[in-house]
Amino acid sequence: MKRSILTVSLICATMSASAAEVAPTDVKFTDGAIAESLTGVAGDPIAGREVLGNRSLGNCVACHQVTDLSDVPFHGEIGPMLDGAGSRWSEAELRGIVANAKMMFPESLMPSFYRTDGYTRPGNAFTGEAADSTFGPLLTAQQVEDVVAYLATLKE
Amino acid sequence: MTRTGRITGLIGATALLAGTAFADPVDDTLVINEEIEMTTRAAAPAHLADTLDEVLSGWHFRNDDTRAMQADDFDNPGMIFVENAMTAWETVEGTEGKSCASCHGDAAESMKGVRAVYPKWNETAAEVRTLEMQVNACRTEQMGAEKWKYGGDEMVNMTALLASVSRGMPINVAIDGPAQATWEMGKEMYYTRYGQLELSCANCHEQNYGNMIRADHLSQGQINGFPTYRLKNTKLNGAHNRFKGCIRDTRAETFAEGSPEFIALELYVASRGNGLSVEGPSVRN
Repeated sequence: MKRSILTVSLICATMSASAAEVAPTDVKFTDGAIAESLTGVAGDPIAGREVLGNRSLGNCVACHQVTDLSDVPFHGEIGPMLDGAGSRWSEAELRGIVANAKMMFPESLMPSFYRTDGYTRPGNAFTGEAADSTFGPLLTAQQVEDVVAYLATLKE
Repeated sequence: MTRTGRITGLIGATALLAGTAFADPVDDTLVINEEIEMTTRAAAPAHLADTLDEVLSGWHFRNDDTRAMQADDFDNPGMIFVENAMTAWETVEGTEGKSCASCHGDAAESMKGVRAVYPKWNETAAEVRTLEMQVNACRTEQMGAEKWKYGGDEMVNMTALLASVSRGMPINVAIDGPAQATWEMGKEMYYTRYGQLELSCANCHEQNYGNMIRADHLSQGQINGFPTYRLKNTKLNGAHNRFKGCIRDTRAETFAEGSPEFIALELYVASRGNGLSVEGPSVRN
């Protein structure tokens, strides 16, 4: 019973995703920003907050400090603090930075969260083995939208 | 400007983490067994003059308890494995009826200083050899014994013994002459951004040493302390094992221990620590 509901919802998710979703290789950048939503579905800031703090999702706090995420332990000091990011950047700029920060900042250390090509020795997650046919972007298009929606709430 | 940024970052981190993280390297000195004075910070070698002022042992980036463990051989769990290797040193193996000691006598005398200059060009074989390669060459060519697995327990224990008798001596690997091409290859690897996360050695260990990445305090990635006893896996770990893990953690297809790539990277990374003391077996987290 539970399984069949899950299957149905998965199929729905796949269908709706493939209908409107922009593939990682089709993303259009303008001055490092992405004007259009990658999915056409409004981002969910609560889901985005989870992506930022969760080690197996975005793990953004590995490098960035976010006061609003102080319930999550151990924030890194590699990238800029994200407090006020929603005031400093437009939604299109945030989307571009999350998807591929190197389009705006060529030397950035930040991984590209919605990109699938141009890597040196891409691996299969953290196995140390070569990437295989399951290789995909670090976040889904909707997760990128969720992260953008959450970042937009971080006002000065 | 950079300093201000870093201080601001520190204040932020302290506020967030309730004082658990002090990101700068600890100002402390290491004397082993109240006897061997270790150089854990040194002027950067000439080839890094444009990049770093000072090179720092990873010891400075670990906490008080971890640093203290390394200061006394009775507290250093790595020394248990050195004792195992001392037994192996005396053990006859192979078709020639020899042990290491048959040719080299007392390791504490004959092997003093050897660790400090490896990886090293071997004229006869016309290759850059790591210490592991030299041990295996001895085993196959002199003893008529089987090779040890590159990153296996016997090998890492033996390299711990060899490091231990050089402790306090400065790392001094040659990077010119016939070793230069290998060194250049290692340098190129050091600055290559591997994997889906696109991180090079330099991104973390040159640009961000002293900073926290999640709960990890980034060091300069020096290998003068290898093999190192890691509290994380409670065993000795060779440098190639660490390289393999680091590149894997960039979500890359990593390289094998003993591969030409890691031999080159070891030479290059070792040369970044020229001037630091041999510390193996060190203690890290």
